[in-house]
Amino acid sequence: MNRNNGNGQTLAEKILARAAGRETLAPGEIVEGRVDLAMMHEAGAQTVGPFHEMGAPRVWDPDRVVIAIDHWVPASTESAAVLHRILRRFAAEQHLPHFYDVGQHGICHQILAENGWVVPGDLAVGTDSHTNMLGAVGAVAAGIGPTEMAAVLALGRLWLKVPPTLRIRVRGRLGKGVTAKDVILRILGEVKTTGATYKAVEFSGPTIEGLSMPERFTLCNMTTEMGAKCGMVAPDPRTFEYLASTAKHPMHPLTPDADARYERTVEIDVEGMPPMVACPYSPDNVRPLPDVAREHVRVDQVFLGSCTNARIEDLREAAALMKGAKVHPSVRYIVSPASTAIYQQCLREGIIDIFTEAGAVFTNSSCSACFGGNMGIIAPDEVCASSSNRNFPGRMGAKNGRIYLMSPAATAAAAIRGEIADPRELL
Amino acid sequence: MQDVITGRVWVLGKDVDTDQIIQGKYLTIIDPNELAQHVLELVMPEFAKEAKPGDIVIADENFGCGSSREHAPAGFKALGIGAIVADSFARIFFRNTINLGVPAIEARGVRAMFEAGDSARIELKAGRITNPRTGATLAFSPLPEHLLGLLEAGGLVEKVRAELRAKADA
Ligand code: SF4
Repeated sequence: MNRNNGNGQTLAEKILARAAGRETLAPGEIVEGRVDLAMMHEAGAQTVGPFHEMGAPRVWDPDRVVIAIDHWVPASTESAAVLHRILRRFAAEQHLPHFYDVGQHGICHQILAENGWVVPGDLAVGTDSHTNMLGAVGAVAAGIGPTEMAAVLALGRLWLKVPPTLRIRVRGRLGKGVTAKDVILRILGEVKTTGATYKAVEFSGPTIEGLSMPERFTLCNMTTEMGAKCGMVAPDPRTFEYLASTAKHPMHPLTPDADARYERTVEIDVEGMPPMVACPYSPDNVRPLPDVAREHVRVDQVFLGSCTNARIEDLREAAALMKGAKVHPSVRYIVSPASTAIYQQCLREGIIDIFTEAGAVFTNSSCSACFGGNMGIIAPDEVCASSSNRNFPGRMGAKNGRIYLMSPAATAAAAIRGEIADPRELL
Repeated sequence: MQDVITGRVWVLGKDVDTDQIIQGKYLTIIDPNELAQHVLELVMPEFAKEAKPGDIVIADENFGCGSSREHAPAGFKALGIGAIVADSFARIFFRNTINLGVPAIEARGVRAMFEAGDSARIELKAGRITNPRTGATLAFSPLPEHLLGLLEAGGLVEKVRAELRAKADA
């Protein structure tokens, strides 16, 4: 750890200054920022009431609003069906064209990512805490509540306290079978769940530069688990290439000044690092996976899904291990792609066959088992190995259910062995 | 908004996340009064039944972490909770609570000052919380003007409504 007390601006400060129409900003200032993109999922149904109560005649800019339902798709209860209908009616009434309804659906953050809804320099907000994921394109992307979203829909702006920035520099080569998920788990183990509360997290360093965009999404996704307001990677040629054919509005690429003022810098070296796992009941309760594997932790359910790790690259990684293998007889392996586009890609590549022939269940795209409210719910005392991002008590159902967070490849290893296992042994 | 808030306290621990405040299975509920019945169901089942309007919630570090669900502060609001004071808050929970017009106050060390059954006296603008039983007091940085203004207005809905009306009249 070291300090860097230059006079320059961090990436978050620059983006927020742009949103606030200011030259520079300092941490702690409260400003009004113009929003480039507003995203809602089912929680958006709670936005409609306050929006009307505010007396707003119409949404400030329908072209900058995306609605993507994902938690209960297709609706699994009557009350979820009502939430969906509230959103459909609101979209119709307000002429909101960008509604990803059943059939085009996907996890809201993935929908934003793969359709180029958030571009470098943007200020994006969403009614979900993992909106942070989109910071990977070099934007400030943050979660807000539905009442606050109502104000954004009415005014196109919101109040923000400029966060101090925590810089995380990562160097070292990732070994075979070691992924971006292992990197972010390792970082969580050091920074802890409150280590970045209210802060912006800026990732940099040679390892980060070498990561693909999907890997950067995984990284930024779990800055939420550190309490961060946003997590980001400065845009580079990979970012521009990723967005080349999809960017929905003009980019304003910004990069941090060389002498930016960071609250602190954490240096992480991943050379030689093994796969990692977050044990119950906190995402920062992180241990090297081989150590946990030695304890023969039996699993009842394995989940490969969620906004953290259900992109095509993730599913390919796990499928590589599942090919010709069988899911352990005492395990239920649930695989849920992050979007319908990814589902279709799996179909084309034969990935669905690989999983289902192995004895996994391959579901349609949704948040699925991630949050314990729709499907894949675990019973008391059950253990789940999961590629998702949270393992709090009750997160997947039973309060004393035990969730272990890991990479997609590690979920495949757990599904095959019936216990937490080192994916490198199966490569 | 009152500047001085007094009430009976409920004491909660560290890292109480929004899944524990309102479980995932209740997320499709929109009616705040229905939500109110499920607040802290797993952690403190008596809370939803016995909490009275004006009661104060005292918590340890990182209160309201996890999912961004506004259901959590909305449940507290529907029960009439007068203020939530914690050693520290998770970011979105803090914003949501203030936006709903319920004072959220960060006061490091507050959890250790109270036991279940105590009462508390909070002076919002002066930035002071007192436990009348023990006489202990703790200073905290008062909320910035902007947020006091939001509470003053009764929350974000009222504030935006006033703003839009002023614009329409102008
Ligand atoms: S996949 Fe899980 S973490 Fe991601 S948005 Fe859905 S419920 Fe939230």
